Amino acid sequence: MTLDFSVVTNAWQALAWGVVGTMLLAVFGMALAMVIGVGGVAVLRAQRRIPTLLVTAFVEVIRNTPFLVQIYFIFFALPFAGIRLNPTITAILALGLNGGAYAIEIIRGGVESIPKGQTEAGLALGLHRGEVFRMIVLKPALKAIYPSLSSQFILLTLTTAICTSISAYELTSVGQRIEAETFRSFEVYFTLTGIYLVISLLTMWALAAIGRRAFAYPDR
Amino acid sequence: MGTLEFTYLLEGLRWTLVLTAVGFAGGIAFGLLVALMRVSKSPWLRIPAIGWIGLFQGTPLLMQLFVVYFGLPLFGFDVPAWAAVAFALTAHASAYLGEIWRGAIQAVPRGQTEAAEALGLPSRSRMVDILLPQAFKLSLPATVGFLVQLLKGTSLAAIVGFIELTRAGVIVANQIYQPLVVFGIVGVMYFLMCWPLSLYGRHLERRMAAGISK
Repeated sequence: MTLDFSVVTNAWQALAWGVVGTMLLAVFGMALAMVIGVGGVAVLRAQRRIPTLLVTAFVEVIRNTPFLVQIYFIFFALPFAGIRLNPTITAILALGLNGGAYAIEIIRGGVESIPKGQTEAGLALGLHRGEVFRMIVLKPALKAIYPSLSSQFILLTLTTAICTSISAYELTSVGQRIEAETFRSFEVYFTLTGIYLVISLLTMWALAAIGRRAFAYPDR
Repeated sequence: MGTLEFTYLLEGLRWTLVLTAVGFAGGIAFGLLVALMRVSKSPWLRIPAIGWIGLFQGTPLLMQLFVVYFGLPLFGFDVPAWAAVAFALTAHASAYLGEIWRGAIQAVPRGQTEAAEALGLPSRSRMVDILLPQAFKLSLPATVGFLVQLLKGTSLAAIVGFIELTRAGVIVANQIYQPLVVFGIVGVMYFLMCWPLSLYGRHLERRMAAGISK
């Protein structure tokens, strides 16, 4: 057995761009997921029968089918609807829809964790409605769900690897191209695994640091 | 889509179930080992377990499949594709289940350990007879949740080229040029397997929450 990692080190520039692609997919996917999450929770809180049913069905379908099947379905469904998007945009859409279903569950839990008395107490103290929402409802709710959202973001970052199946531009598809040219499968994927590990450890560390700063106020 | 294509999908479905069952069974056995190492007092056992869990939770399942799939032959293990995939899924499951059960073991109230010590139970019996049965009950909702995740995860074997449900779907879709119908049916098949499990997991969780607030 001889291992030759030079094929990987020689392609470091392509890999670096792959990392950029992966991070962009993750960030835009997460942004879309947050929009869907907040929108979904708003619909659920309005408590109308049909919209609630639709949002619940969306969450259940996404959570109980594999991402790979979802991305294939979207990839082939869009052209039928007369929409032509490049694979990378399609990947962001799929990641956003998938992450959105999980975000709805997380955000709903956070909003429900703020008791109504807290709003009333804020108003009784003479704060404006806007201030009450910002400091007394939103901030503690965000603080409560921040760890879950952080893990969700890391999970989404790891999920981007699957987007190689529709040839979106990200780290794994870059790796597959190097593999196709050099036939050094093990070396390529071993290195990619290491890069993903570094990405998720750094992201975890950065998100924790941001969380400590953003939500630093005495809550006890 | 005719009977022939549908039968082909069902054949793939069977492999999805086989992969899930093997991965889950292996994951239970090795996951228990990982969990016990993770809660051990000895750093020689604890630190490798932390590393193992971090490695599998910090990298994509797809990379884990690739590394095992291409790595095993390099190290002289000439195994069939399904065995390589099952091996990777087992390792993946052992890390996730190990972490779930670590949490459950540590969630058993400290008084239980202290009571067992006060009764003079040896440490082995303390773990096997007192902590593990209670931890098992606590961990059930999360364990069922992971089973759903694993079942969905087996679809990634399709990218390695192994013909399970998703790969069978890709092949049929290419043959009859009806990707929406085929992936719709494949999606429904996954949903019919995963949804009941998810509902069961939620049911367990609710029952447990009710028990705690009592």
